[in-house]
Amino acid sequence: MIDVKNLTKAFGDHVVLNDISEHIYPGEKVVIIGPSGGGKSTFLRCLNLLETPNAGTITFKGTDITDPKSDINKYRQKMGMVFQHFNLFPHMTIMKNLTLAPMKLLKKSKAEAEETAMELLGRVGLADRAASYPSQLSGGQKQRVAIVRALCMEPEVMLFDEPTSALDPEMVGEVLDVMKSLARDGMTMVVVTHEMGFAKEVGDRVLFMDGGVIAEQAPPAQFFADPQTERAKSFLAKVLM
Amino acid sequence: MDLSGLYETLSALPKGDLSVWQSFFLKFYQAWFANGRWQQYFKGLASTIEVTVIALAIGVVLGVIVAMVRTAYAQRRPGTHNPVLAVVDFIFKIYVTVIRGTPMMVQLLIMGFVIFSSSRNTTFVGALTLGINSGAYVSEIIRGGLMSLDPGQAEAGRSLGLGYIQTMWHIVIPQAFKTILPSLGNEFIVLLKDTSLISVIGGKEIVYFAKAIVNRTYEPMFPYIITAVMYLILVMAFSYLQSLLERRLRASDRR
Repeated sequence: MIDVKNLTKAFGDHVVLNDISEHIYPGEKVVIIGPSGGGKSTFLRCLNLLETPNAGTITFKGTDITDPKSDINKYRQKMGMVFQHFNLFPHMTIMKNLTLAPMKLLKKSKAEAEETAMELLGRVGLADRAASYPSQLSGGQKQRVAIVRALCMEPEVMLFDEPTSALDPEMVGEVLDVMKSLARDGMTMVVVTHEMGFAKEVGDRVLFMDGGVIAEQAPPAQFFADPQTERAKSFLAKVLM
Repeated sequence: MDLSGLYETLSALPKGDLSVWQSFFLKFYQAWFANGRWQQYFKGLASTIEVTVIALAIGVVLGVIVAMVRTAYAQRRPGTHNPVLAVVDFIFKIYVTVIRGTPMMVQLLIMGFVIFSSSRNTTFVGALTLGINSGAYVSEIIRGGLMSLDPGQAEAGRSLGLGYIQTMWHIVIPQAFKTILPSLGNEFIVLLKDTSLISVIGGKEIVYFAKAIVNRTYEPMFPYIITAVMYLILVMAFSYLQSLLERRLRASDRR
């Protein structure tokens, strides 16, 4: 579904991603883990071109989206993204947050967009907060709304950039539950996370990124039980204790 | 006794016989009531407001355009090259540098006596100069507001598939507007007071008429104090409106 070839990204002299090639298949749940500064988030942000790669190509369903002539806005509609800091629009109600893009881009009527939004909000248990502003919600609620906002565009892939890292510990569960149910529904997902439990339970494949490359990859059961590289071993020793 | 009668009586007396208050009254009467002079101040006031509004309109339009182009150029997609945008950005950069780097007074003298030396509509030339001057400052204020917003906001908009302009219009500008409003209000107050400078090229506003009255009566105190009070009232009224607007905008996100 997403094909990455020889992706390289550098900020100045600092090479963050070094010649990465990878493929993400439809329906697959790919979990990216690794130490900070290893390039996980940058890799994810390159997939929908929030970061522009210095070299390499990214092909989404057969179209090279790194080609400057391709209309990136159209492909971004198909790739939902959830951020670490939610990035809800603070000047709009939850309902407006959810309906803005579908009304502008999918040309939905207000009623249609609101119907979809209400249904999805109901599914994450926040139907009663539609008229609230983001500042009135807890972190976990904000992140669930942010997930719904991405889903309202009916994406084919969901990208998660450390979706639980900014949350209080007791709110992590509610967000992970939403992500798990999304996974059960068959959504293609790429998740950068530090939640090893989630990786084990939901992931089809774990990518271990370090030093700008994918140092190791394996199905989660195998990766957590028997990591091959020294780097992965020491990382897991630190995070799993 | 009515005021004009009192004025007649007092002005007939020799100067040395008047008390301090009586001579104050004489001066004030000359500066305000005599020959219907108060109408002159209001004529000047109306002209000042007119010049401010024209300059404000020019300044805001220029400022918005310059800020948009310069922000778009600064935030362009790396790897893409748009020569038109680059050239326009460069021109606007020079504009901002020159305007901010030279005194308002000098700009007025150059516009009034060099570029538009043959124009008779000195008031409009003054308003135009003020507008061009204000545009440079407004553009920097707006640019600062647009650039200081959390980049995550624009990213969230773009990640949904919204285009650059849609993201700007629906997400960035409404939030930036709230943060720049105080500095924008400040800039407008400076602009309002700077209209007093256009009298150096013959622009007609309050100071121009006040000077004319001083030239007739040889009494500078009251005409200039009256002028100051008029500016003060204008600025206070403007500040009040601004604070109302700010309170309303704040109410929308802190419920």
